[in-house]
Amino acid sequence: MAGIRIQNLKVAMGGAEILRGLDLDITSGEWLNIVGPNGAGKTTLLRAILGSLDYEGSITVDGAVEHPSAGLARSIAYVPQVPVIPPGMLVTDYVLLGRTPHRGAFGADSPNDLAVTAEVLERLDLGSFMTREVRSLSGGERQRVVMARAIAQQTPILLLDEPTTALDLGHQQDMLQLIEELRHERGLTVVATLHDLTLAARFGERLALLDTGRLIQAGRARDVLTVDTIKTHFHANVRIIDDEGGPVVVPA
Amino acid sequence: MTATNTPETFTVSRLSGRQIVIGILVLLAAVMAGLTIGPVDIAPHRVVLELLNGLPGVEIDSGLSEIHQGIIEKIRLPRVVLGVLVGATLSLSGAAYQGAFRNPLADPYLLGIAAGAGLGATIAITSDLGDGAGIFDPVPLVAFVGALIGVAASYMAGHIGGRSTASLVLAGVAVASFLTACQTYVLQANSDAFREVYAWILGRIATSGWSEPMLMLPYFLITVVVVLRHRRALDVLAVGDEEAAALGINPRRIRATVVIAASLGAAAAVSVSGLIGFVGIIVPHTVRLAFGNSNRIVLPLSVLFGGAFMVLADLAARTLVEPAELPIGVVTAFLGAPFFVLVLRSSRREVW
Repeated sequence: MAGIRIQNLKVAMGGAEILRGLDLDITSGEWLNIVGPNGAGKTTLLRAILGSLDYEGSITVDGAVEHPSAGLARSIAYVPQVPVIPPGMLVTDYVLLGRTPHRGAFGADSPNDLAVTAEVLERLDLGSFMTREVRSLSGGERQRVVMARAIAQQTPILLLDEPTTALDLGHQQDMLQLIEELRHERGLTVVATLHDLTLAARFGERLALLDTGRLIQAGRARDVLTVDTIKTHFHANVRIIDDEGGPVVVPA
Repeated sequence: MTATNTPETFTVSRLSGRQIVIGILVLLAAVMAGLTIGPVDIAPHRVVLELLNGLPGVEIDSGLSEIHQGIIEKIRLPRVVLGVLVGATLSLSGAAYQGAFRNPLADPYLLGIAAGAGLGATIAITSDLGDGAGIFDPVPLVAFVGALIGVAASYMAGHIGGRSTASLVLAGVAVASFLTACQTYVLQANSDAFREVYAWILGRIATSGWSEPMLMLPYFLITVVVVLRHRRALDVLAVGDEEAAALGINPRRIRATVVIAASLGAAAAVSVSGLIGFVGIIVPHTVRLAFGNSNRIVLPLSVLFGGAFMVLADLAARTLVEPAELPIGVVTAFLGAPFFVLVLRSSRREVW
């Protein structure tokens, strides 16, 4: 298990400040959803944690294994909003890519790599798609395949950028439910960006609201999602219905 | 493809023994055709016996006359071996470029290699270097240097423009244009060399004994070892630099290593055989359509099928219009392009 501590994080790209001094603690084993208006810096925050862009400030990942040849890839798995799906690549081969940090760039697949890949395919109900090309799958199936690659990486931390963005309502719920189950089974720390506030409130334990590159508020959904904060930061007029599963945000 | 819900057995793409055997058989068949067919047809079994006789410690009477032995050993064998080396290298380099740049149209001449080699060859042919050297032919060496300068200039210019793949490719275009302009200038001033330079540009697999195959061999080996070692890494690179880095590999270092190794081989191939187009694209794509998309399969099989393809193309080049020879670059494109369209039509696989 591994938590993440972010202190005074600043990121500038193309002369624009995207993140301007952000502090956030993510507890080991929790599911934190990052919400905020477009351009708030949600994706940039994930990419900074991943180490794929230059930043100022500090990000420490507890128990991170900085493997000499694999970097953070044994600690953090990442599902981008729009994953690159190589043409012609089969589902098994794609999920097997998740084993890269364990075998290195040049090593052969160990029996364990193949066993883990097979187990993850089974667990995510992808058994009947194994010899299909990833590109031939529907949006929901494809997203499950991408998730399978991240799970096959066997990292304690999952970073998910809008994991439900291309999915219909049923598949959105299925995907978030799956994430919840996997998190419990495997003791994962999950950090996800979600634009649907109601779903973000329903799944996960905490919300972090970002706007203009700063953390506005982090806490339970009920405390973060108020009519006033949504008006201030999303410029939206909403009503909030208090449902037993969490607050429901509806247009006013 | 049809969706089925029957459970399937778990398999991952990897090079199978069957595929290797098919590749080797095709290569051997092409080599045999190259050795037996020509102005003088020689029976295949006698060729085999003669080749075995050539092995150290083996004494077999092939029943061939000394003239026929000479044709096999001094003329056809070096030419066939050069064809295998050049075809294998160009095909492997093409496959490597396509993987490294994630572009199906990338070919080994992408980064100024062709233009650099062309300029080098033109300078060697038009200046006194070409005559009177006597001992060795300076054209391949100067062309090789030119090709390396072309790649190096593209790489350096690409770095100035940023570190993305696109800036590297654009730099290659700029460098190639510049070098081609230089070549045209040199050629204009020496128009009597036009024919010779033009013939060089169209490509040929011609040997004077074993000097060309020996010149080619070390670069072939370097390219094969380095590129094949990166076959799995290139599959990871297929998901793009950011995701590949998140999977723990260093995309820039891998791309640089693969491209440099592939360029070295392509430069050597160009320097001994001129500009033989199309091979670096057609062979890897045909392999993809026939055997699968993973670089674990495409890279090694491109070596085998590329070698076979070039020997057969050379056979066509020297027999179709006997006693004259066609430029092999014409053959590879003229026969290769329609063949590729046939393969493309008959395959339901998506290649890119």
